[in-house]
Amino acid sequence: MQFAYNDEQQMLHDSALRFGADQWNAAERLKHLAEGAGGNARRWAQMAELGWLMLPIAESDGGLGGGPIEIMAIMEGIGRHLMTEAYVSYCVLAPALMQRGGDHCSHLLEQVGAGQVRVAAALIEEEGFDVASIGTAASDSGDGYRLIGAKAHVEDGADADWFIVSARTAGAVSERDGVSLFLVPRDADGLTVQRFRSVDGHRHASLDLTDVAGIPVGSVGNAAPRIEAALDRAIVAHLAEAVGSMESAVAATIEYARTRQQFGAPIGSFQVVQHKLVDMSVACEEARALTMVATAQLAAAGSAPSLIAAAKTRVAQCGIAVAQQAVQLHGGVGTSEELIVSHHLRRQMMLDLAHGDRDYHRARFAELTR
Amino acid sequence: MNLDLAPADRDFQQEVRAFFADSIPDEWKTTVRAGLRLPPATLTAYQRRLADRGWGAPTWPVEYGGTGWTPQQLHIFWSEASAADAPAQYHQGLELIGPIIFTYGSQAQKDFYLPRIISGEDWWCQGYSEPGAGSDLAALSTRAERVPSKNGGADYVVNGHKMWTSYAHVSTRMFFLARTSAEARRQQGISLLLADIDTPGIRISPIHTLDEKHHTNEVFLDDVRIPATNLVGEEGMGWAYGKVLLDRERMVAAATAMFLPQTLRAVRTAAARRRTPTGSLIDKPEFRAKLAQIEIEVMAVQAMVLRLMADAAAGADSGPRGSMVKLRWSELIQQATALWVEALGPQAQHFAALNDASQLPADMPLALQGALYARVTTIYGGSSEIQRNIIARRALGL
Repeated sequence: MQFAYNDEQQMLHDSALRFGADQWNAAERLKHLAEGAGGNARRWAQMAELGWLMLPIAESDGGLGGGPIEIMAIMEGIGRHLMTEAYVSYCVLAPALMQRGGDHCSHLLEQVGAGQVRVAAALIEEEGFDVASIGTAASDSGDGYRLIGAKAHVEDGADADWFIVSARTAGAVSERDGVSLFLVPRDADGLTVQRFRSVDGHRHASLDLTDVAGIPVGSVGNAAPRIEAALDRAIVAHLAEAVGSMESAVAATIEYARTRQQFGAPIGSFQVVQHKLVDMSVACEEARALTMVATAQLAAAGSAPSLIAAAKTRVAQCGIAVAQQAVQLHGGVGTSEELIVSHHLRRQMMLDLAHGDRDYHRARFAELTR
Repeated sequence: MNLDLAPADRDFQQEVRAFFADSIPDEWKTTVRAGLRLPPATLTAYQRRLADRGWGAPTWPVEYGGTGWTPQQLHIFWSEASAADAPAQYHQGLELIGPIIFTYGSQAQKDFYLPRIISGEDWWCQGYSEPGAGSDLAALSTRAERVPSKNGGADYVVNGHKMWTSYAHVSTRMFFLARTSAEARRQQGISLLLADIDTPGIRISPIHTLDEKHHTNEVFLDDVRIPATNLVGEEGMGWAYGKVLLDRERMVAAATAMFLPQTLRAVRTAAARRRTPTGSLIDKPEFRAKLAQIEIEVMAVQAMVLRLMADAAAGADSGPRGSMVKLRWSELIQQATALWVEALGPQAQHFAALNDASQLPADMPLALQGALYARVTTIYGGSSEIQRNIIARRALGL
């Protein structure tokens, strides 16, 4: 039983922190955000050079076969410095969905690892977060599958070159059987992509599919377990991002409490402020410990659904509470664009929504532990 | 990061599991799950069984009769005990005065007292708090005056009033803090002394508490004469000896937190039994969400415990993380026992039968007593407010 990174993981962790400090300096955050897609593309190329993009991709798909712990080492840095690059969506989720998905997938994944292509997962529909809650239909017309339906939210989909879309080849909404995955290029006929900026700087999309040709990924009709396993991997990566962000927000708030003078004393000398900071620190500890255990368990066992559902619930609760209190203890200035704490709050709120919010995962945990 | 058990630890786990299999009588379970103590005679018998197996003092070094277990082994032992609905061992001897004696005590004290703690022969109680000294323990005013004894040695004559002395009424001995001199700093001049509970001048009076279970007492000390050889370590240094406990505190907090799933099992059982117009309570989404919330937070505390144990195994300082675990498990035992009462429904109002013909519902009155007794967990052993002060000072440097 040990919780420390090994040397190689520690190097990744340190490298991610250095990269973040360098590329996402908090004082210049607004400038970086204003750059939009251009800045992201520049940094994406640098990440490719560092070998990060191919790290989580399976060796059989031309990647480095990094596991959840290696991914965590990078994600902590991404969270600490609130980097908006869509590492989880493009390098963790999509490759997990596409793993052993056929020649087309491995060809695409090679390009994903090199930073030349970005694939975003189009899974969620109006009905909610469950992988089976989809009505988008895929039918085999004889010369390939055609997709009809709508995807309400594609995480980090605004700048994707390809979409990996879940659709039904059989069954009714909510049935696990009959869920399949298809690859669709951004410029496919019949595909309308609406693009959105999120309040945390991420760039998302929604899709309308009116008779769009799709390339099947893996075997047709039984993709639900594949999607769930891939989502768990993505969720665990997001947990580490949330922890990095929380710890950074708490550190900034403690520093502020030490220096900010009111009533002739640093506000950190007031017990009511101290106790709030303590509760924030305890929340960080809970989130970190759960994240480590969930990550280690996923790495060791290959799956840990109820533990991951629990961790997703609790880390989101802790993350939002910590970031709200960070804003609160900074006072008025905490609500300003200029200070980093408000950016942590915005990211924590959006992280909660990514791949199922805290209430959804709490209900999922209850179901799994019935 | 690696949470896998080594082969030797896996063997150990099997050994412990075999020990606990079928060894916990059903009639203990509701009490244990309520976070309440079994009757002292029962707990003593349990301690003796552990001692016979060589497991009487899991956290002690081998040279003092302990197991010398690694943190990983301790974690396994407590996990298995928790899963089997075994009770927590009584801690005042094993975790409080025992370690102080083997760290600071005389050879004679070690030889005499330590084996009696392990065997369950002695029950210790802790005479720390006083009417005017609760969270502010250094305000204590019990005095011990050193006087010549009849046999040419020295005695202490003790006068004072101790409060919240849990289990004094079944104890054989008491360790306590008393002022042996008046110093400028309040923490100086305090000594740690040991007394046989039947020493003339010691009077124990029960404190009746909200759960109607007798746990705790006032202890009056009137001209109590004890031999000076019952002083632990040096005179005036008693305050400092508490520090040895700070380091062990994380283990006590960890062990206690590991027993939380016992209470959750009780909640599940009660909710499965409880009927509602639309089926069993445990199938109602609102109830399931409440239960899941507590179960998830318990998992978070268990994860924190794993981290503490890994720190201990690596010889690393855990900073204030022991305090954090204490804060969280105490809040969670309160929430879990409250949910248990909720699961019982209207019959939780049937606390005691008024005549022989009246049958108490299952889990009563223990569930309600557990919920009420749980209120003290955020007060004893350093209240939650004091824990937050400690964390603010030690972790945040404020």
